[in-house]
Amino acid sequence: MTTTLTRSRARTRTAAALAALALAAGLAACSSSSSTGASAAGSPSTGASQPALSGTVTVFAAASLQGTFTELGKKFEAAHPGTSVKFNFGGSSALAQSIVGGAPADVFAAASPATMKTVTDAKGTASDPAVFVRNTLEIAVPKGNPKHISSLKDLAASGVKVALCAAQVPCGAAAQTALKAAGVSVTPVTQEQDVKGALTKVELGEVDASIVYQTDVKADAGKIDGVDFPEAAKAVNDYPIADLAKAPNSAAAKAFVAYVESPEGMAVLTAAGFKAPAAAAAGSPSPAASGSPSPAASPSA
Amino acid sequence: MRRASRTAPAALLLPALLGLLFLDLPLVGLLVRAPWRELPAQLAGDQVWEALRLSLVCATSATAVSLVLGVPLAWLLARTRFPGQRLVRALVTLPLVLPPVVGGVALLLVLGRNGIVGRWLDSAFGLTLPFTTAGVVVAEAFVAMPFLVISVEGALRAADPRYEEAAATLGASRLTAFRRVTLPLVAPGVAAGAVLAWARALGEFGATITFAGNFPGRTQTMPLAVYLAMENDPAAAIALSLVLLLVSIAVLAGLRGRWTGTP
Amino acid sequence: MTNPQDHQDHQDHQDQQDGRDRRDGLDAQLRVNRPDFTLDLALRAAPGEVLALLGPNGAGKSTALRALAGLLPLDGGRLRLDGTVLADPAARLDTPPERRPVGVVFQDYLLFPHLSALDNVAFGLRCRGRSRRESRAEAAGWLERMGLAEHAGARPGRLSGGQAQRVALARALAVRPRLLLLDEPLAALDARTRLDVRVQLRRHLAEFEAVAVLVTHDPLDAMVLADRLVVIEDGAEVQTGTPAEVSRRPRTDYIARLVGLNLFHGTGRGHAVVLADGTELATAEQVAGPAFAAFPPAAVTLHRERPQGSARNVFPLTVAGLDLHGDLVRAELTGPLPLAADLTPSAATELELTPGTPVWAAVKAAETHAYPA
Repeated sequence: MTTTLTRSRARTRTAAALAALALAAGLAACSSSSSTGASAAGSPSTGASQPALSGTVTVFAAASLQGTFTELGKKFEAAHPGTSVKFNFGGSSALAQSIVGGAPADVFAAASPATMKTVTDAKGTASDPAVFVRNTLEIAVPKGNPKHISSLKDLAASGVKVALCAAQVPCGAAAQTALKAAGVSVTPVTQEQDVKGALTKVELGEVDASIVYQTDVKADAGKIDGVDFPEAAKAVNDYPIADLAKAPNSAAAKAFVAYVESPEGMAVLTAAGFKAPAAAAAGSPSPAASGSPSPAASPSA
Repeated sequence: MRRASRTAPAALLLPALLGLLFLDLPLVGLLVRAPWRELPAQLAGDQVWEALRLSLVCATSATAVSLVLGVPLAWLLARTRFPGQRLVRALVTLPLVLPPVVGGVALLLVLGRNGIVGRWLDSAFGLTLPFTTAGVVVAEAFVAMPFLVISVEGALRAADPRYEEAAATLGASRLTAFRRVTLPLVAPGVAAGAVLAWARALGEFGATITFAGNFPGRTQTMPLAVYLAMENDPAAAIALSLVLLLVSIAVLAGLRGRWTGTP
Repeated sequence: MTNPQDHQDHQDHQDQQDGRDRRDGLDAQLRVNRPDFTLDLALRAAPGEVLALLGPNGAGKSTALRALAGLLPLDGGRLRLDGTVLADPAARLDTPPERRPVGVVFQDYLLFPHLSALDNVAFGLRCRGRSRRESRAEAAGWLERMGLAEHAGARPGRLSGGQAQRVALARALAVRPRLLLLDEPLAALDARTRLDVRVQLRRHLAEFEAVAVLVTHDPLDAMVLADRLVVIEDGAEVQTGTPAEVSRRPRTDYIARLVGLNLFHGTGRGHAVVLADGTELATAEQVAGPAFAAFPPAAVTLHRERPQGSARNVFPLTVAGLDLHGDLVRAELTGPLPLAADLTPSAATELELTPGTPVWAAVKAAETHAYPA
C-alpha cells in the first residue's frame, strides 16, 4: 500500500512536470489534455490493482503513430518506473509480416484492420484487437493553397498535379474509397509508397495536392495546409491495437494497451488529430476535423 | 595460382566461406520460399514486364549519363591538381553515404519545379523532371555515378601517366591522349565502374521514389514494384525479385566475361 | 624565377652564337630548379650530331631530357631548335610537348599496350592529321626499315625487348622530329640483345639527319653511339668533348673512372680489327665487317723497351700528358694509336714518365674486345 501511494504521488508529480514542459513548448492543446490525464491516472483504473510492472515493452506501431506513441511511451514509463518502452515504427504491413515472422514484439498497433488481420489470422494476438482511434482524410495542399483547391473535384482538373498513396497502402486505399464516393476520377502523377512520401512532395510544392490523414496535416502544420472534404466520412481508417500472443512481457503489454485506451492516452491521441472510435462513429464532424484546436485549449488561443 | 589453391590458410578460408554464405544464404532463402507454382500467374501481368523494361532502360541510361559525366570527373580528380581537390573528392563520394531518400529530397530541392535549377528549367524550357522517366534516370545516376567515378579514378591512378606523356611527344593533345591512350588503358576500370553503377542503378529505390515518384509504366521500376507488392502480397514481391535477380545475374555474368577477360 | 644577371649573360651568349651556321640544330640553355638540385646546362648540337648526356643516377640527365621534350617547364634559360624558340620562361613562352618537333624514345619504351606495333608507329602521324590509311602505310615502311615487317600486327606485349626498342625508335622517328631524345635506350635490354640493338641504333642514328640527344649512364653506349659526350654531375656539365677526348683527358676522378675505355672503330678481320690507317688490333672475339675494338686503360702496360712476351698489340707511342686520379695515374698517349693507360704512381716514377717520353704500350688481345659496329 505504501509503495502504491508513493508511486501514485510520483506519477502525479511527473505528470505535472510534463504538463509544464508541454506548456513551455507552446502546445496548448496538449497541456490541457495532460492535466486531465493526470487526474485520470490518479484513479485506480490503470495500475493499482495490478502487480508492479517492470522490464521492456516492445511496441510495433504504424508510422503515423510515431509522434503520439513516443509521447505515450514516455508517459507510460513515468507512470510505471522500472519499465521501458521500445518502439518500432514502420509500415503496418511490414510490421505485421515481421511479427508473423517471429519478431519479439509485445504490442502491435496497426493503421488498418487488414494488416492486423494478418497477425490475428496467424493467431498472433493474445486478445481480440480493439479499434482505439480512427483517422480521417484531408486534402493536403502547399502553404497558401496556390491552386485554390476546395474539394475532391478540384483534384481532377487539368494542370493540377496530385500525389496519391499507392492503392496497396492504407492511405491509398482510403483515398480511393473517398474518390469513389465523390464520383471523381483522379490521375495522380505518382503513387506514393507511404503518406510521408506524399507529404514531402506537397511540402516542396512538387505537387499541388495530395490526399492524406488529418493527423499528418496537423503534424506538418506550418508547412502545409489542410482542406476538409465531406466524402472523408466515407473513408475513415480504423487503428486497431492488441497485445501479442508471444509477448515476452505480457503483463506490461496489457498495461500499455490499457494505457493507450485510457482517457489520458486518448487525450494525447485526439490532440494530434486522431478521433476516438465513438466520436467518429457518431458521424458528427468533431471540432478537430475542421483543423481547429481542441475545445479545452481554445480559450487560450 | 596453383600454390594459392593448394595452401589457402584456414584463417582466410574460413571467414571467406562464412562471407560467401552470409551473402548468398538470403538469396537461397528467396529461392526456397519462392511461390514456384504461382509464379506463372504472378508474372503474367503486363505491369511486371513494364516495370522490368523501365528498370533496364533507366539503369542503362543512368549508366550512360554516369559515363559521360563521371569519366571526365574521374580524370580531373586523378590527373590534375587544383585547390580544394580533397573536398571535391569527398563531395563526389557523398551520394554513397547519403541515405538515398535524402538524396531524392535534395534532387527535388534543386531540380523540382520549385527547385533552384528546376524552376528555371520549367520556365525556360517547360522541362520538369520529377514524376517523369527522365527523373528516374536522374535519381539513379545521382546514386550510381560515385561508384563509377571511384572505380575510374582508381584505374587512372594505377595507370602510368607517362603513357600520356609519350602520346604528347607524338603530337597528341591532352584530349587526343585521353581518348586514344588513357581511355583504352583504363577500359577495364571503366567497365568495372559501369557495371557497378548499372547494378546500383538497377536496385535503386529511395532516391527514385522520392524524386521521380511511383507511377506504373512511367516511373515504377522493379524495386518500387517489389516494395509496393510487399505491402499486401509478399508472394508477388518475391516473384518480382526473382525476375530482377535473374536478369541482373545474366547481364552481370555476361559483361564480366566479355569486358574484363580475366575475372 | 630567372635572375636578371643570368638572363643578361644568356643574352650575350646568344648574340655570339647567332651566326648563320648556328641557325640550325639545337641551342639550349636549360635551367630547372628541383627540390634536391638545380639543373643548369648548355647544350648545343648541329643537325646530324649525336650528343650523349653521361652521368651518374640523379645527375639531372633525365630532367634535361624532359625539359627538352617540354614535359617539364624551364625555370630559366632558353630552348631554340632550328632557329625557332620553343621555350623562353623570361618571355613566358613554353611550347607544349605536342607542338614541339621532338621525338622521344623512353627508357621502357612506353609502347601503347592496346595498339599493334603498326598503330603505335602510326599514332604520331595520325595525331598530325594524316589519314588512317596514309599513316599506316608510312608506319609499315618504318617497321620494314627496322626489320619488323612481320611484327606489324603484334601487340607490344608479344614483342621481345629488342623488337620493342626498335618499334619505339620507329614511332619516334616516324613524325620526323628535328630533335630525337633517347632516354637510356639500351638499359632495359639483356647483355646479348643489347649488343645487336646497339649496332642497329648506331646505324639509325647515323642516318638521322637532325639532332639526337641520348641519356645514358653507360659509358660504352655513350662512346659507341655519340659524336660528343656531355658529362654532367649535380645538374651541371663537368666535361664535354668527343669520346676519345674525354676518355684520354678526364677532368675529374669521376670521369676517369666512368669513361675508362679506349675505343677504336675499324673493320673486323678474323681475330682482329683493322683501323682506317691500317693499324691492326688483335681482339678476343671475331667480328666481320664494321667493328669496334675496346679495352680499358688498366689493360695497357707501358715499357721503355719493346716488350717481349704474349702481348699481341704493341705500339710505340709518346706520352702527351699525365694526370693523377685517386691512386692511379692516367697517361695520355699519342702516336699511331692514341690511347689512355692507367698505372700506379710508383710505376710511373720507375718508368720516369714525363710528357714527351717515348714508350711502348702493350695490350693483351684477351682484354681487347670487339663489337660489331
